[in-house]
Amino acid sequence: MTLRGETRSSDRGVAAVAPDPMLPRPFRLQGLRRDTEDTVTLWLDPVDGEPLAFAAGQFTMLQAFGVGEVPISISGDPGAPHLLQHTIRDVGGVTATLVRAQVGDVLGVRGPYGVGWGVRDGAGGDVVVVAGGIGLAPLRPALLDLLAGADQYGRVVLVYGARSPADLLFPTELEAWADRSDLEVAVTVDSAPAGYRGRVGLVTEPLARAGLDPDRTLALVCGPEVMMRHVAEDLVRRGVPPARVRLSLERNMRCGVGLCGHCQLRELFLCVDGPVVGLDRVAPLITVREL
Amino acid sequence: MRTMKTLLEAHPFFAGLDDEAIQLVVGCATNVHFDPDQYLFRVGDPADRFYVVRHGRVALELHLPGSGQQVVDTVEEDQVLGWSWLVPPHQWFLDARAVMPTSAISLDGVCLRGKCDEDPALGYAFMQRVAHVMYERLQSSRVRLLDLYGGGRDAAR
Repeated sequence: MTLRGETRSSDRGVAAVAPDPMLPRPFRLQGLRRDTEDTVTLWLDPVDGEPLAFAAGQFTMLQAFGVGEVPISISGDPGAPHLLQHTIRDVGGVTATLVRAQVGDVLGVRGPYGVGWGVRDGAGGDVVVVAGGIGLAPLRPALLDLLAGADQYGRVVLVYGARSPADLLFPTELEAWADRSDLEVAVTVDSAPAGYRGRVGLVTEPLARAGLDPDRTLALVCGPEVMMRHVAEDLVRRGVPPARVRLSLERNMRCGVGLCGHCQLRELFLCVDGPVVGLDRVAPLITVREL
Repeated sequence: MRTMKTLLEAHPFFAGLDDEAIQLVVGCATNVHFDPDQYLFRVGDPADRFYVVRHGRVALELHLPGSGQQVVDTVEEDQVLGWSWLVPPHQWFLDARAVMPTSAISLDGVCLRGKCDEDPALGYAFMQRVAHVMYERLQSSRVRLLDLYGGGRDAAR
């Protein structure tokens, strides 16, 4: 069990939070890429030159000056912290400004915050990574971490579901991952135009066919909460212990340091107790409508 | 060389069926192969077949006026395709098109219905298996109706 604000010991390269946690550091937008119709990836360079070391699964509070700030998981490589990478979906408000940022713009960054995936807890066994939609972005650092230490793991399986082929994130990288011998990739979409050669169906279907050994599997799950609930139930039904199923939960994070309570999920403050939480801790909470 | 009986026994759909039941099914079975883009059946055709997919992938398509054909599901290795052969009016509701080289066992629907009528134990065993497939497809469709990944309710991440 991880105590409030404590980072998993297996997370790699965790940075200490800046002395004043409410003070953003300036980062300059060095590059951007439009991933889908409503999603962009930003690469940000620290103006002070100090890399932002982070653990896979952590997030920052990303600020458009004069507009506001939002919690965004880091989608970059934990092994290459000199350039901060965020993949952001435009869901209005601050994100609408962030996805329209131009190269050279300066954004504010607080963090990194929260508890990461604890990828190395999967060493010696198999790891299944289940992503839905934009949920692949917070899991990308975990995948890169896994691939960097592939000899420590048995099977590494990525199951990725999206709404349509046009909504798949990182398609070039997905193809490259599918060609690797140390990573099994199964992609599925909810529906597709005729002529699509890939898999169409629910994300739990390729999971069922993955042939996991539940006793040696660590599962990392990120996506819309309904999807995560279905995947988690499916994994537990297949015998994966709830403590070995980790979900990245998102609530209304504001301060990022466990002070304001906006992200409270009963006894959990998800900005410091999460965003990655074991199913054993959170299972009784995520089905309560009032929470 | 693997016989039809061993092929059926190896398929998860038939797991748990006894030797005698498998033997009855063998009498209705033939091996088939489809090239990419070849249709297994078209909407409105008589549903006189049931497919046990051994290798490959089949797309199930519906025509959406104004949007063209949409793939709403795929069926692949170790899965089965089609239950319209079991339910009147015995007509296909969808188009089924191979999207990669696909090998399957085709079971004659009329033959199979006849055997199930003659042998209620076989009929019940078959209905249990088909009902399980229908249950999974129904759950999949219901969950996807929620538009899990779209609609702007999803996180910005």
